[in-house]
Amino acid sequence: MSIVRISSDAVARACGSAEVERAFTEAGCTVERVSGWGMHWLEPVVEVDGIGYAEVTAADVSAILGGSSDKAIGAIAEHPWISSQQRLTFARAGRTRPLSMEDYEATGGWAGLNRARRIGPEAIVEEVTSSGLRGRGGAGFPAGIKWQTVAGAQAARKYIVCNADEGDSGTFADRMLIEGDPFALIEGMAIAALAVGAQKGFVYLRSEYPDAIVTLNAAIDLAAAKIAPFEIEVRVGAGAYVCGEETSLLNSLEGKRGEVRAKPPLPALQGLFGQPTVVNNVLTLAAVPHVLMDGGSAQYGSLGMGRSKGTMPIQLAGNIKHGGLYETAFGITLGELVNEIGGGTASGRPVKAVQVGGPLGAYIHPDQFDLPFDYEAYAGADALIGHGGVTVFDDHADMAEMARFAFQFCAAESCGKCTPCRIGAVRGRELIGRILDGGREADALERAPQMHNTSTATRSRAEEVTLLEDLCEVMKDGSLCALGGFTPYPVLSAIRNWPEDFGLPPRGET
Amino acid sequence: MTQEGRIAEICEIHAGREGPLLPILHDVQAELGCVDAAAEMQIANALNISRAEVRGVVSFYHDFSAEPDPRPVVQICRAEACKARGVEALMPSASAAAGERVRIDTVYCLGLCSVGPNARIGDDLHARLNGERLTRLIENA
Repeated sequence: MSIVRISSDAVARACGSAEVERAFTEAGCTVERVSGWGMHWLEPVVEVDGIGYAEVTAADVSAILGGSSDKAIGAIAEHPWISSQQRLTFARAGRTRPLSMEDYEATGGWAGLNRARRIGPEAIVEEVTSSGLRGRGGAGFPAGIKWQTVAGAQAARKYIVCNADEGDSGTFADRMLIEGDPFALIEGMAIAALAVGAQKGFVYLRSEYPDAIVTLNAAIDLAAAKIAPFEIEVRVGAGAYVCGEETSLLNSLEGKRGEVRAKPPLPALQGLFGQPTVVNNVLTLAAVPHVLMDGGSAQYGSLGMGRSKGTMPIQLAGNIKHGGLYETAFGITLGELVNEIGGGTASGRPVKAVQVGGPLGAYIHPDQFDLPFDYEAYAGADALIGHGGVTVFDDHADMAEMARFAFQFCAAESCGKCTPCRIGAVRGRELIGRILDGGREADALERAPQMHNTSTATRSRAEEVTLLEDLCEVMKDGSLCALGGFTPYPVLSAIRNWPEDFGLPPRGET
Repeated sequence: MTQEGRIAEICEIHAGREGPLLPILHDVQAELGCVDAAAEMQIANALNISRAEVRGVVSFYHDFSAEPDPRPVVQICRAEACKARGVEALMPSASAAAGERVRIDTVYCLGLCSVGPNARIGDDLHARLNGERLTRLIENA
């Protein structure tokens, strides 16, 4: 009987893969659960004798086995959506069983770690630096330089902390990597440990990812002997978005409130429990095994553009026809991603806005679709790449409502440590309401005789917008971390690109 | 086993770990449905920290609650990607279906952002929800 391969990714599970698996088993097939290919609009994806079938339900099983199913999509690896990608970090996606050590070794697993053991710490750091690998969590800090700092620090105990607190809406690459190729992350952490002399690693994984928690724990047990004496432990988050910020994450690991720490001291020198610590995102660490393979560093460094080297696993999400994971070299334009690869909106309506980089990323107007995927190009356009999430909105989106939500989210998730974020977010949400109301009258307090320096004139909509811009400047410059510091990006980009949604004159008219 | 005995056991299991508080709180929350004042006091004593420190941590994280809530919970993602796919339009009928019997929690992102709107009940995930499917999930929760 044929071997049937069904994606084990949480997206497939949420789309009903368990019933499909049961139906194939009852039909006498051997079912293998493999990692997801990343073509989410086609899930649950099933592969029988090399041929893929899309959006399979239990009712399709007999037609598929009988060869008469109309859901066939041909060989999955040759699907243009897959074959046009440059997959390095996600090279195994769809092809291997996540918890099979056999599959992992057969596809080049542990080659990076074995070579790293031969060449030694200094050469490892040198190769990571020369590959140009930058932190994939959002900040884009060069990984090699961070490792160099930790390697040079003198301490009896050092840590590798993997940031898997992927809270940004529109991102799911960390989840897919952990669920689909957990050994790659483990290998990357082991290489990092070798490079800096760390004894212990933690993966801070969010509680919203139940499947990833189970898979990673199982993988760590299986791989324990491979990475010894280095040890890795999974720590489950507790629903705080701000713990994706590295210092807040360290506090959370220590068993404290997830409040942000002021920097300096850098976590590289005084991180977890005050010891030198590498904090890297899942995708950064999972890219390391490839970089450490023979010739891997040079190949990685030859991809991309400018100072953005290598590939980025881009996540196409929201109202997009072909959503999923698209890994490609830096430099691809946003228009190509949304219109050509993503196929436009799922609703078939025109694209109104695209938010790149999660809830703290700017809303980008379609007239900026020539923007190349590059850290510096986005920074230059007052936007950010962040963790590579691309969330598409159609023309039903109310951008004033999205701006208000940005503040509401910041208020709900602020750790409370610094004033611009804690108070600014609440005041910002109120301000958006007042702009929509068209300004406001002076309130009772402002009219009180004691407040003789306060203006009692009615505040116009334009004055409220100026106030909002002031507030955003304070939040940008005065917040301790990116939560308060970057919330102005979605707000200001929304008001600049779609002023009519705020009751203001359209762009170009003043 | 008494609540006290069970908490003592949980503290014992995690005692040797670096930074044991969050793992302890997760286990206590999962077993008792909350981390109440008595539990806070006992955990504080076991870890030799003040009750205020434990309280501060319990109140900081969305996953921990100070009081039990026996109702079934349906978590609905209402972050940007699910908003773009129309979750807000489903909320009025979802709230109506939930009534007092089911608790609806807003969650910011289940990481299924390409196939929303999404919901989670226990460890079960549900994607591509429309009004009818979401209402049925809530009614069966």
